[in-house]
Amino acid sequence: MKARAPRSLTVLATAGLMYLHIPILFVFLYAFTTEDAAFTFPPPGLTMRWFGVAAQNDDIRQALGLSLMVAAVATTTALILGTLAAGAVWRTKFFGRDTLSLFIVLPIALPGIITGIALRSAISLTGVSFSFWTLVIGHATFCVAVAYNNVIARMRRLNPNLLEASADLGASGWQTFRYVLMPQLGSAIITGGMLAFALSFDEIIVTTFTAGNQQTLPIWIFSSLVRPRNRPVTNVVALLVIAITFVPIILSQRFAARTENQ
Amino acid sequence: MSVAVEFNQVSKAFGTVKAADSVNLIIEDGEFFSMLGPSGSGKTTCLRLVAGFETPDSGHILLHGVDVSSLPPHARDVNTVFQDYALFPHMSVAENVEYGLKVKGVAPAERRTKVADALALVHLDSHAERRPSQLSGGQRQRVALARALINEPSVLLLDEPLGALDLKLRQTMQTELKNIQRQVGITFIFVTHDQEEALTMSDRIAVFNNGQIEQIGTPSEIYESPRNLFVAEFVGTSNVFDSGLAEQLLGSRDRFTVRPEKIRLGVAGECTVTGTITDLVYLGMYTRYRIDVQGIQLTVAEQNTESRLAMSSHAVGDEVQASWSKESCRLLA
Repeated sequence: MKARAPRSLTVLATAGLMYLHIPILFVFLYAFTTEDAAFTFPPPGLTMRWFGVAAQNDDIRQALGLSLMVAAVATTTALILGTLAAGAVWRTKFFGRDTLSLFIVLPIALPGIITGIALRSAISLTGVSFSFWTLVIGHATFCVAVAYNNVIARMRRLNPNLLEASADLGASGWQTFRYVLMPQLGSAIITGGMLAFALSFDEIIVTTFTAGNQQTLPIWIFSSLVRPRNRPVTNVVALLVIAITFVPIILSQRFAARTENQ
Repeated sequence: MSVAVEFNQVSKAFGTVKAADSVNLIIEDGEFFSMLGPSGSGKTTCLRLVAGFETPDSGHILLHGVDVSSLPPHARDVNTVFQDYALFPHMSVAENVEYGLKVKGVAPAERRTKVADALALVHLDSHAERRPSQLSGGQRQRVALARALINEPSVLLLDEPLGALDLKLRQTMQTELKNIQRQVGITFIFVTHDQEEALTMSDRIAVFNNGQIEQIGTPSEIYESPRNLFVAEFVGTSNVFDSGLAEQLLGSRDRFTVRPEKIRLGVAGECTVTGTITDLVYLGMYTRYRIDVQGIQLTVAEQNTESRLAMSSHAVGDEVQASWSKESCRLLA
C-alpha cells in the first residue's frame, strides 16, 4: 500500500496548485464579462460579444497570422537542422562534439533576454533590417534546441546495428532512412516539433528584440494591456494562445507515452 | 570446390590497435568455417570486413573471385546475423524477414511465398505477425537467421549469434544451425569465442590472436595438433612442458604439450612422471586431477569406466605415477 501524505502536506500542495492555476481561470472568466474597461468581481454579467469583436479586429488577425507563420517556419527549420545535428553527434566522433552539443542546447538554458540582446546587436552589426526573417532566426535558436534534444534522446536509445542490418540486407542509404530510421525517429521528431511550435507561438522576449515593426500575438496582447477600452478582447486572444499552445503539448505528451509503451 | 572468400594480405587498424594484421585466408564454398579467438583478437573485424562494414587499410577481400574490398555492404552478396540480432522493432516478424526482398524490389506475391518458406525453415510459421519484442531470445535468433537466409546470400556471416542464449538453448541452436547449413548449402562464417562451440559445429576453424591467424585446420587438427602455445592453451586444456622436464622426458628442451585425457594414472609408460595429487574433482563422465610434478601443475582427466572405478581410487595427497605415450606429445612452435 502506498503511504498517505500527511494532511498538512496535502493542504500546502493543494494551495500551491491553486495559486498557480486559479489566475488562469480568471483569464477565462473575464473573456465573458459585460464590462469593457474594468474587471470587477464577480462580473456583472456574461456575454459572447468579445469573441465577435476579436474576430473583426484586423490587428489581431494579422498578429495571429504572423505568429502562426513564424512558429511554422521556425519549427520546420529547427526540425531539419536539429535532426541533422543530432545525427552528426550520434553517428560520428569529431573534435569538439560535446561542446557543440552544449552550444546547441544553450539557448533554452540562457535567459531569453540575453539571447534577445545578443541577437539584436548581432543583427544590427550586419546591417540586416529587422523583419519576418530575423524573427524566425530568433525563434529558431530555441526551437533547434528542443528539436535536437528530442531527436538525440531517441537516437541514443536506438541500436546502431539496425542501420548496418538494413545496409547488409541490400538497402541503399535512402531506403535505410525511409524504412528504418524515420519510423524509429518519427515520433521524436513530431514531439520535438510540437514543443518547438508551442514555444515559438507564445514567445515574447526574444520576439521583442528581433522583430521590426511586426506584431506577433503575444506582443499584441502585451501592448493592449495598457489600453482602457475593450479589455475583455485581450482575454479572448489569451484564450486563443492557450488553445494553440496547449493542443500540441498535450498531443506530444500522448504521443511520447504511446511510443514508450511500444 | 571453388573458393567462397579470400583474404589477401588484409590489414585493418583502429588507432594503434592492429585488428587485422596481414591476414591471409581461403574459405571454400559450402564450408562451415569458424573464426575463433578471445575478444579483441580481430575475428569480428574480419567478419565485418567481409560484410563491408569496415574497409581494409591494405590488402584485398575476394568474394567468389571478385574483389569487393571497396564495395559498400548493400552491394555485396553476403548477409549477417548480428550478435544482438538487430531486428527492426517497428516491423512484424514477417516484415523483418521480407525486408531484404522488399528493398531489392521483388514482387509482393513472390515475397510472400519466400517469407513463408523462410519462416518454415526456422519453425516460426505461426509467429509471422508478432513483433520482435514479443519473442523469446531463441525465436529472435531464428528471425534474424530467416531474414538473412531469405536473400540466398553466397556467404552467411554469423557474429557470435548464440552468445545471448542460455546453455540448453545454445546447444539446440548449434545442432539446428548446422542442419540448416547442410540444408541450404551456403558457406557459413561463424565468429565465436567459445572453443567448444567452434569444435562442435565447424568444418574448419581459424584461431585468431592479436589480429593474426595462429592456426587453420579441422576441429580435430586444431585440438589434437595445436601448432603453438596460444592454440594449445586457448582450445581445450593443455599440459605444457619445457626446459628441464622436457629434456628429461623427450631428450630435448623444446616445448611440448599433452592433453589431459591422454595421461594415465598409476602405471608407467613411455613418458612417466611422479607427483602429488593436489586436487580431485569428480565430474560424472570423468574425474579431473591436478598433480604437482616438480612444481608444474599437471591436469589429468580420467574416464570413469567400470574397470577404472573398480581399481583402487586415488585421493588428494597421494603420490602417484602419471604416464603417456610419446605419440601424445605435440611439439609447440
